[in-house]
Amino acid sequence: MTEKLVIIGAGMASGRVIEHLIEADPAAYDITLFNAEARGNYNRIMLSPVLSGEKIYADIVTHDADWYAANGVTTRFGAHVTKIDRGRKVVVSGGVDTPYDRLIIATGSAPFIIPVSGKDLPGVVTYRDLDDTNKMIAAAKPGAKAVVIGGGLLGLEAAAGLQLRGMDVTVIHIMGHLMERQLDPAAGYLLQRTLEARGIRVHCKGATKAILGDGRVEAVALEDGTIYGADLVVMAVGIRPEVRLANDAHLEVGRGITVGDQMQTSDPSIYAVGECIEHNKQLFGLVAPLYDQAKVLAKGLIGEDSAFRPVQTATKLKVTGCDLFSAGDFADAPGREDIVFRDPGRGIYKRLVLEGDKLVGAVMYGDTADGNWFFGLIKDATNVTPMRDTLIFGPAFQGGAQADPMAAVAALPPSAEICGCNGVCKGRIVEAIGGGAVTLDLVKAQTKASGSCGSCTGLVEQVLAVTLGDSFQRATSQPMCKCTDHTHEDVRRFIKAGAMKSIPAVMQELAWKTVGGCASCRPALNYYLLADWPLGYTDDRQSRFVNERNHANIQKDGTYSVVPRMWGGVTTPAELRAIADAADKYAVPMVKVTGGQRIDLLGVRKQDLPAIWADLNAAGMVSGHAYSKGLRTVKTCVGTEFCRFGTQDSTGLGIKLEKLLWGSWAPAKVKLGVSGCPRNCAEATCKDVGIVCVDSGYEISVAGAAGMDVKETELLCKVASEAEVMEVVAAFIQLYRENARYLHRIYKWVAKVGLDWCQEQVADPVVRRALYDRFMVSQSVYQTDPWAEHARPSARASWGVMADLALEAAE
Amino acid sequence: MNWLDIGALEDIPRQGARVVKTAQGCVAVFRTAADEVFAVDDRCPHKGGPLSEGIVHGNAVTCPLHTWVFSLKTGLAQGADDGAIATYPARVEAGRVLLDASRLARRAAA
Ligand code: SRM
Ligand SMILES: Cc1cc2nc3c(=O)[nH]c(=O)nc-3n(C[C@H](O)[C@H](O)[C@H](O)COP(=O)(O)OP(=O)(O)OC[C@H]3O[C@@H](n4cnc5c(N)ncnc54)[C@H](O)[C@@H]3O)c2cc1C
Ligand code: SF4
Ligand code: FES
Repeated sequence: MTEKLVIIGAGMASGRVIEHLIEADPAAYDITLFNAEARGNYNRIMLSPVLSGEKIYADIVTHDADWYAANGVTTRFGAHVTKIDRGRKVVVSGGVDTPYDRLIIATGSAPFIIPVSGKDLPGVVTYRDLDDTNKMIAAAKPGAKAVVIGGGLLGLEAAAGLQLRGMDVTVIHIMGHLMERQLDPAAGYLLQRTLEARGIRVHCKGATKAILGDGRVEAVALEDGTIYGADLVVMAVGIRPEVRLANDAHLEVGRGITVGDQMQTSDPSIYAVGECIEHNKQLFGLVAPLYDQAKVLAKGLIGEDSAFRPVQTATKLKVTGCDLFSAGDFADAPGREDIVFRDPGRGIYKRLVLEGDKLVGAVMYGDTADGNWFFGLIKDATNVTPMRDTLIFGPAFQGGAQADPMAAVAALPPSAEICGCNGVCKGRIVEAIGGGAVTLDLVKAQTKASGSCGSCTGLVEQVLAVTLGDSFQRATSQPMCKCTDHTHEDVRRFIKAGAMKSIPAVMQELAWKTVGGCASCRPALNYYLLADWPLGYTDDRQSRFVNERNHANIQKDGTYSVVPRMWGGVTTPAELRAIADAADKYAVPMVKVTGGQRIDLLGVRKQDLPAIWADLNAAGMVSGHAYSKGLRTVKTCVGTEFCRFGTQDSTGLGIKLEKLLWGSWAPAKVKLGVSGCPRNCAEATCKDVGIVCVDSGYEISVAGAAGMDVKETELLCKVASEAEVMEVVAAFIQLYRENARYLHRIYKWVAKVGLDWCQEQVADPVVRRALYDRFMVSQSVYQTDPWAEHARPSARASWGVMADLALEAAE
Repeated sequence: MNWLDIGALEDIPRQGARVVKTAQGCVAVFRTAADEVFAVDDRCPHKGGPLSEGIVHGNAVTCPLHTWVFSLKTGLAQGADDGAIATYPARVEAGRVLLDASRLARRAAA
């Protein structure tokens, strides 16, 4: 029988163990994976970009439900293991026993909480997992105050993220300079200066005395008497290995769970891996050594020999705009010498620490391009005496080479480490490229290089470029258009994170390569800006495609089609008369019933548009936006009003939805259907959003398609009342408006972010309400009839010709 | 040259165009983001698209029907597409847009 392998903790370390194990022998074990968090493995170190808004959770998931299913891993997410019973060889969770033959403890670390009064007040959070991150995001109201206790890596990433979300942030750090474990005072000072320049307050040598507040956090008091107001306090003062289960089970535990070179604990059938362990008196807090441990453990589990040997690690801070790197040991000590380079104007500082003929430490700020090269010299204990004179200028200056940007990478030896997190050296990447991995994605898939914190992505691309020459194209991140190297997704994030509020500002800040963009990026930027800043941004009509500028659909002969709204597909004799009159009056060549349950007047001349709109407006009709990236139609069936099978008032609900949603611009068109029963006469199950009424309420499903692709919708959720339908649908459409890339229909966007994620967002009542509220703010500006505006007599002149020179020219 | 005042610069939206009727067909008068004006035929050589309805970027316009791009200065199609539109002298003086009617007439005669 297959042996049972139980794993406690679905973190960065155990995720790697499972990957290696399945790669080597998928049938070796019957795996059960417990995780206290209600989700599987994600890239924890990328929580900071999620916090800052530069990424979303869906971007950082490393193993999804499909992956676990495909690889036969039984998952118990949201299940805290409370006991290991070594006698019976079972673990206990929620009162249920799960037997194991072998057990892996991979419980990671717990954040350290300083034992001051007020530490348990609501509003005090730690920074460890997605739930913490979401709590911070929810608290991050622009202008609200955040105090971050701890000026180390985590604290500063939290501070930068909260500041990007508009909070007023103060960092309190107990030591004399920031990140003292990784930086010397000079680099710490430069970092502080950069953070202060963006508006983050930094208080060094600050000891927290108490957290104050009545029922909720209000302020933080320091020993020196300073008090900082706070709506949110983030405690990021350090971590300690999560060893409680091991202690209770009487395994040998020091500061962490004691393991040997094969990751075995004092019980031969139990292993431990990751931040929860102690190996040769050493603890671990970065992923690189954990990945090595995972490799060793996976080998051991299939009977192969190997031993864990910790290697040096290097640190980078994932705060956009703060470029720092540190590796090795840079404390002052007898026999050590420094080489220092400073360029105050550009804010660059580099310091190398030499001991004898070897490099033992490197700290860099402002320009870290050569970091990995120095790191390689440290790890290999290279004799640097021959190049000592030019050492600080980096690899490009060794051997008289030219200072071209690629030279540094070209000069790296095959053994140079490129990806610190995953321990991937240049030689391995070049080998993978030789084997056909000619894109960043392929290299990532085959070697894992750039797969974790991502800070080496640029280097990996440079290795690709150096190895492949001109044939390498950075194909993975398809830029928006030829005017920029940024992707749609990046531009959206930059607009939010950098509070950019005009098209020229985006083009300036993101270094657009053309003057004034092009017909592809301008409409996209205009949409992103109006969706993100409904109140602060003014719609740029000249950046819109002709149909949205003229509020009618251009035809092949330059005439237009005009489609008035017909709410839910219901009309009246009076409306039909007005349409018939307009068709006569403006000699409309064709009147046609559309596939969207309304009437199209085709072949209207541009100069007649304002007048025909005015006539239709006078009969109570408004634009049907049949031309827009926005809400089009809500198709309905007759429902309980007339149909003998109807379960709810589908017609009435469709009309209410159309009246709620019309006028809202979206990344692409949005169509709804509401059917009164599962016979589904309104074809709701192939729409962007479809509602099928049933006896017990309403099934809301999304992401259908019936155009170039045909796809059935998927269930988003089921609700009991019309009011809930309205809130869920508006919230879901707002989620789409805020996150999708321009021109992606809902089904394409959902395929990217995952239906699960969308469900989580609308299921959470707080998130849903906030989305709904933001939608309504946008509607307060955009739910207006564009026809009425342009049909005003004062606006009409601009729809005709500017001058008629026909006579003069002929004379 | 026979400069004709066809209207105020303000009558043309920035990064937009207005149409002037001539005996030979419509001419689109463009105003760029930098307030330069250009006059070209309002007919795309591809399938007759109204260029005056295109998106204006830099000194170029993208046809609204099938996205050919034309330089407003030279009238030449950009990129892979092959074609050209006629261009006419135009300038701004004291906030007024002037078109050279002699050129239009000459073309009318040809
Ligand atoms: C008028 C109408 C056809 C008709 O006579 O019935 C129509 C006409 C056009 N459709 Fe449509 N579609 C019409 C219903 C549909 C439907 C059916 C529906 O809505 O139930 C679909 C399939 C569902 C869907 O939306 O995918 C449909 C899928 C498309 C597509 C493919 C979209 C896709 O993502 O796959 C396009 C192309 C596009 O949008 O890029 C398109 C594009 C067009 C355009 C706008 C092409 C264009 O850019 O000029 C046509 C404009 C003609 C005009 O000037 O009015 N039309 N089109 C229908 C207007 C409905 C309305 O009242 O607003
Ligand atoms: C915001 C942030 C940024 C970081 N940035 C970097 C970086 O840039 N570079 C870097 O190298 N490292 C970084 N780190 C550190 C890195 O994330 C950790 O070293 C790594 O995640 C540790 O992996 P692990 O598997 O040991 O533990 P974890 O990834 O923490 O996983 C442990 C899991 O076990 C679960 N668990 C605990 N107890 C139980 C129980 N009793 N029952 C069931 N489940 C349990 C936990 O819920 C957790 O999901 C960062 C960490 C954070 C929080
Ligand atoms: S299917 Fe739609 S896009 Fe195609 S010709 Fe008919 S109306 Fe036009
Ligand atoms: S008509 Fe202008 S591009 Fe086709």
